[in-house]
Amino acid sequence: MNKLATFILLLLIAVSANAQNEIEMADTMRSNGKIYTVVAVCLTILIGLFLYVFSLDKKISKLEKENYTK
Amino acid sequence: MKKNWWKISSFLLLVYTIIAGFLFDVPRLPILNETIRNLYFHVCMWFGMMILFSVSFAYSIKYLKGFDFRNDIIASSFANIGILFGILGYLTGILWVNVTWITDQSQSLGSVLKEPKLIGAAIALLIYGAYFVLRGSFTDIDKRARISAVYNIFAFAMLFPSIWIIPRIVGSLHPGAPGSDTGNPALDRKDLDGAMRAVFYPAIIGWTLLGVWIAGLKIRIDYIKNKNIINE
Repeated sequence: MNKLATFILLLLIAVSANAQNEIEMADTMRSNGKIYTVVAVCLTILIGLFLYVFSLDKKISKLEKENYTK
Repeated sequence: MKKNWWKISSFLLLVYTIIAGFLFDVPRLPILNETIRNLYFHVCMWFGMMILFSVSFAYSIKYLKGFDFRNDIIASSFANIGILFGILGYLTGILWVNVTWITDQSQSLGSVLKEPKLIGAAIALLIYGAYFVLRGSFTDIDKRARISAVYNIFAFAMLFPSIWIIPRIVGSLHPGAPGSDTGNPALDRKDLDGAMRAVFYPAIIGWTLLGVWIAGLKIRIDYIKNKNIINE
């Protein structure tokens, strides 16, 4: 009886583990490290965007100085 | 530099969002698969939009209390960036629908078009679009500011019913909707994995701060443009 219970338990674990692996994720991309390229590309765009907004911010600050100190 | 701490924190939060958003573990779910990571980008656009519209609403009330022209500029700039976030949310949503609801859940295009949250969001964005049509149609600055402030309050009153309450009542394809699950469509706190929350909440703050920053730039330009009126 005990052996049967263990067997069923192990079977259930095996089935549930199998069911989890069936769901397709980008595991290959992660294992060969190409995901880091994606992260690097997105970070480059983000940094470029922020640099541009920051330079706009500075330009507007300069305009403010010219306009409000007169 | 001390005044800029929130701009830097916006940058750092978004860097964290991208790194953690792409690299951290997420639950393995059918249909969603890897697109579950869109939560950090698509959903954050909508949360950012709601926060920006709320700020716009507050400044419209503030304008009506004292008729300070500066509050009108602030209200319209925040509504402007809110619409930008809403449009980005819509566009990213279209991409997400394609690979989940249509391809994997085999919903027909008709049932996606009938999705009440999409219709509600479209209504909300159109109402805010009309806010700018209204603003553009006045030549008198005082009239424009007063009427658009009142209209903005109406628009905000329509925002939450159309994107939250109606989709909740009639059911939605979004997760957490009645029918598929219980709770609020796309706003079920129990529905969200703890590890994802650690990225999702900072992402909302980061994107919102970026929106506030851009709105701030617009406000400052409009101040300079209208400095003669403001200083009166």
